[in-house]
Amino acid sequence: MTTLQPPAAATRPPTRPSAKRERRSWTGWGFIGPFAVVFAFVFLAPIAYSIYLSLFRDQLIGGNHFVGLDNYTQAFQDDQFWSSLERVSLFLVIQVPIMLGIALFVALALDSGRLFGRDFFRISIFLPYAVPAVVATLMWGFMYGTQFGLVGDINSAFDVTLPDPLSAHLVLASIGNIVTWEFVGYNMLIFYSALRVIPTSLYEAAEIDGAGQFRVITAIKLPAIRGALVIATIFSIIGSFQLFNEPSILRPLARNAITTDYTPNFYTYSLSFNGQQHNYSAAVAIIMGLITMIIAYVVQLRGMRKGA
Amino acid sequence: MSTPVTTASPSASTASGGGSKGAPRLRTPRKKHSPGRPKRSILLTVLTGLILVYTVVPLLWLVINATKTQQGLADSNGLWFAHHFALWSNIHDTFTYHDGIFVRWLLNTLLYVVLGAGGATFLSILGGYALAKFNFPGKRAIFAVVIGAVAVPGTALAVPTFLMFSKMGLTDTPWAVIIPSLVSPFGLYLMWVFATEAIPVELLEAARIDGAGEIRTFFQVSLPLLAPGVVTVLLFTTVATWNNYFLPLIMIKNPDWYPLTLGLDAWNSQAQTIGGDVIFNLVITGSLLTIVPLIAAFLLLQKYWQSGLAAGSVKE
Repeated sequence: MTTLQPPAAATRPPTRPSAKRERRSWTGWGFIGPFAVVFAFVFLAPIAYSIYLSLFRDQLIGGNHFVGLDNYTQAFQDDQFWSSLERVSLFLVIQVPIMLGIALFVALALDSGRLFGRDFFRISIFLPYAVPAVVATLMWGFMYGTQFGLVGDINSAFDVTLPDPLSAHLVLASIGNIVTWEFVGYNMLIFYSALRVIPTSLYEAAEIDGAGQFRVITAIKLPAIRGALVIATIFSIIGSFQLFNEPSILRPLARNAITTDYTPNFYTYSLSFNGQQHNYSAAVAIIMGLITMIIAYVVQLRGMRKGA
Repeated sequence: MSTPVTTASPSASTASGGGSKGAPRLRTPRKKHSPGRPKRSILLTVLTGLILVYTVVPLLWLVINATKTQQGLADSNGLWFAHHFALWSNIHDTFTYHDGIFVRWLLNTLLYVVLGAGGATFLSILGGYALAKFNFPGKRAIFAVVIGAVAVPGTALAVPTFLMFSKMGLTDTPWAVIIPSLVSPFGLYLMWVFATEAIPVELLEAARIDGAGEIRTFFQVSLPLLAPGVVTVLLFTTVATWNNYFLPLIMIKNPDWYPLTLGLDAWNSQAQTIGGDVIFNLVITGSLLTIVPLIAAFLLLQKYWQSGLAAGSVKE
């Protein structure tokens, strides 16, 4: 199908690519409108409502009334809140580096082209991502169990007594293992996708310079996927601070080890749904949200600036 | 489409029906990727193999133990089969236990996925397309607000969302799970990146010059080009909806509206209650049945979602 060239095109000065964009019009709103409406309803409205709730208190005498920042001052003096925050912080500094380290190792191994059966490795290590947290936790919970789990099997086979993964001082590590198992493949895939699009010319230059494998990784690959590393770190931090599913599902197996204030999220959940303290719960949730945002922001600033 | 310079043999048409733009980028010739065609390393394969064992053994455990009776679970080794192969009877019991409540949960989950993940994908496509190809008032504000809101922990929103919904009488209905699932900021981001790359501006201009309306242009010109990105977003929103636990836990009290995740958790917890029926064999079999469809989807649609992800990582 041949189209006639509009004669005007020849005489018009060449436009800059940015000017090719339509001039500002409301047409775009027609497309983004539906998303914006639902987003306002399920994101913005709850945030606003949460702030509102956190400034009030519902009491038997006097009903619902404005208390200013009382809920926040209460939270800052709340030992249960601080100890749960400490727990997820400890979890974060140990679990996140281990998980991302393993993910990075696998991504680099896949990318090096030195593996037998690369595609099989890639998809198999990614698969746990498709497993719901509920199923992953139930599975590992059974395996941790001394009754008919793997731990019990090892104990009876070798006549030893392994430490109980569900005991009070080990259960946090056991939860860390479940989370690592779930997300190591997902992070690996993020890193691997970023590695695949590094321009080949860089490797050719490195070869001319006589750089070894290790040099190529530190001087080319890691700087090139810095963005992916930062994003994965931020997502993992947010995930750690929100920890809820795994401790909540594991709780029936480890009632004494996992309390209802085990993580900040578990605590806000218990406050609201077991204690009916919606106002206080909202204040704790907002403090958690702010802490998460600040830390994510700091990580982003530092990660993007360092040596860039 | 410009034809590549042909060598002696007539080159095969590169216009593949799948429209998997970006797939060629994934399949860069391996020998070029690391110079001098690297030697395969047994040591590296063994080390990566250890990690593979770690990720796969729990899944094996699940498959093996889904073939055991409640008694067999206690008697036999966790990583080997019991004498009595009970997989079929376990599946039968899982589907029929408690008047077939598992089937009901499966249908609920499908409902939440079709409406929630399907809707989320559709909204992400429209929104990403608008961000990539239109200039409209308030565009910067939308970026800022969406990116800011993503940093807010979803669980911090859960309690106020629950209270809002309960005032509107939406709790304990499917809508309480579906409506919050409709927004996927990650999906919006992915579609925005993808649409930026996949749709040439000239094509849109050509369509407009030919007199096609915006809606027709979107459906006939843009949507086909976005196919690989759509599959990627659909897969990830499906996983998010299928695996969701916290949202339904808060919103749904009536077991008739449980998704699979909540149902399995309830079965697992009932062993702890006094006089509760201990059905760990059904919990394990039900778990296996819950993950099979997702794993199958990931394996079958590999080509699409990997190319979609690759497009997303170009920008970083």
